[in-house]
Amino acid sequence: MKPYVRPISAGWWLKRSSYLLFLLRELSSVFVAGYVVLFLLMIRQLAQGPAEYEAFMAALRSPLAILFHIVALAFALLHTITWFNLTPKAMAVWRGEERLPAAMMIVPNYVGWVVVSGVIAWFVLRG
Amino acid sequence: MAKSNEPIWWSLFSAGGVVAAFLVPIHIVLTGIAGPLGWLPAGALDYGKMADLVAHPVVRLYCFVLISLPLFHWAHRFRFTLVDLGVRGVDLLLAVVCYGAAIAGTLVAAGILWTF
Amino acid sequence: MANKTIRLEILRYDPEKGSAPRFQNYEAPYHEEWVVLDAINYIKDQMDGTLAYRWSCRMGVCGSCGMMINGTPKLSCAAFLRDYYPNPIRVEPLANFPILRDLVIQLDDFMKKLVSIQPWIIRKEGEKPVKEGEYLQTPAQHARYKDFSMCINCMLCYAACPVYGLEPHFVGPAAIALAQRYNLDSRDEGRDIRQEVVSSHDGIWQCTFVGECSVVCPKHVDPAGAIQQAKLASTMDWYKSLLWPWGGK
Repeated sequence: MKPYVRPISAGWWLKRSSYLLFLLRELSSVFVAGYVVLFLLMIRQLAQGPAEYEAFMAALRSPLAILFHIVALAFALLHTITWFNLTPKAMAVWRGEERLPAAMMIVPNYVGWVVVSGVIAWFVLRG
Repeated sequence: MAKSNEPIWWSLFSAGGVVAAFLVPIHIVLTGIAGPLGWLPAGALDYGKMADLVAHPVVRLYCFVLISLPLFHWAHRFRFTLVDLGVRGVDLLLAVVCYGAAIAGTLVAAGILWTF
Repeated sequence: MANKTIRLEILRYDPEKGSAPRFQNYEAPYHEEWVVLDAINYIKDQMDGTLAYRWSCRMGVCGSCGMMINGTPKLSCAAFLRDYYPNPIRVEPLANFPILRDLVIQLDDFMKKLVSIQPWIIRKEGEKPVKEGEYLQTPAQHARYKDFSMCINCMLCYAACPVYGLEPHFVGPAAIALAQRYNLDSRDEGRDIRQEVVSSHDGIWQCTFVGECSVVCPKHVDPAGAIQQAKLASTMDWYKSLLWPWGGK
């Protein structure tokens, strides 16, 4: 007379689209980390001198490198969007009996993101 | 009340998540896509200009934060993702490898940026 | 004129036989207003009296009739046949729990975890005497924990949580949400005591915020939100105790 324990399949995350999205969201951290490592490499080559830096920048122009960055950007955007949409869940802000609607915390994040991105772009691009 | 030391990793994960969310996409566009594809104004990423920019201590501090915190974000997330994907019974090893890698990356970044 | 029928593919398991569970098909009558529970009750009453399952209120407040309906954890009293008709409906016991018989799961693990978070008002100095009157609570104070108090212990969230499926020691969504319900109740003084369980490695820190628990919850408790809030609160406490070790609560 024994209870039956059903095994969990290794592909559990393929069973629902929400599980798949969850896994992709988690894997986005791999591409984010991959990018910042390349960024560090770029700084290191910058420190080594003009020839080394130029060689690195030339390598970034290869199709494989550009493809990596396009994929990385897609994952980075997945991270940004899911991060902004989910952070309000961790913060319950109350005004009397009403809880601050999630949108009031989400929208400023997006606005701030656009502003910060603009500032960074300006900083890097100015002559 | 430090029942578990998870809070320190979780707070690094959270900080890294914020940095990654706000800063990483634009940097990927600049150095990884727009730059290599020639969409930026001429000389935008030139050696001289970049070297002067990164020499500034505040910029180097910014670069440190941009590199280090997302590494801790990855470490925490990846450690749990491996468990979710069925890697069982090696919790301590996973933690050491993942956080160790993030710490190593942080130290390397600190070294490079400090001596720039 | 043929009456409409709908096929239910129900997972059967006989513990006395011990062999693996297998599906059995039933052609139940189809009615516009019927839910899956109505069909299962018909099957039990008219077709196969050996079918075992739990149910009670049939209106979504008792939490007894949770099952996997086409792979999604649902209350069988809340799943309308018309949303599936004319396709067959696959009915299985709630995922991530051992099967006792047919659709009946062993829920001891959840009960154990529920008790471990001490789901009652904890007063440090004991109850105040009755003649001193009630504990007063404003509507605003009540609002803080009200959603978390709506849990009917139906365990759909445990069935939806992949972490609980992979890591059976995980305290789980409902138990943590209920811990939060009491932690946030202004009459309660037991947060520190519950932290032993809530802030342990098998507590909130095991959660990777998949979020499916809140999606399937029939009472909109939002256990995922409860867990994330607990993570933030526990982290702030941790830093406080680190930086001000001499400080009181």
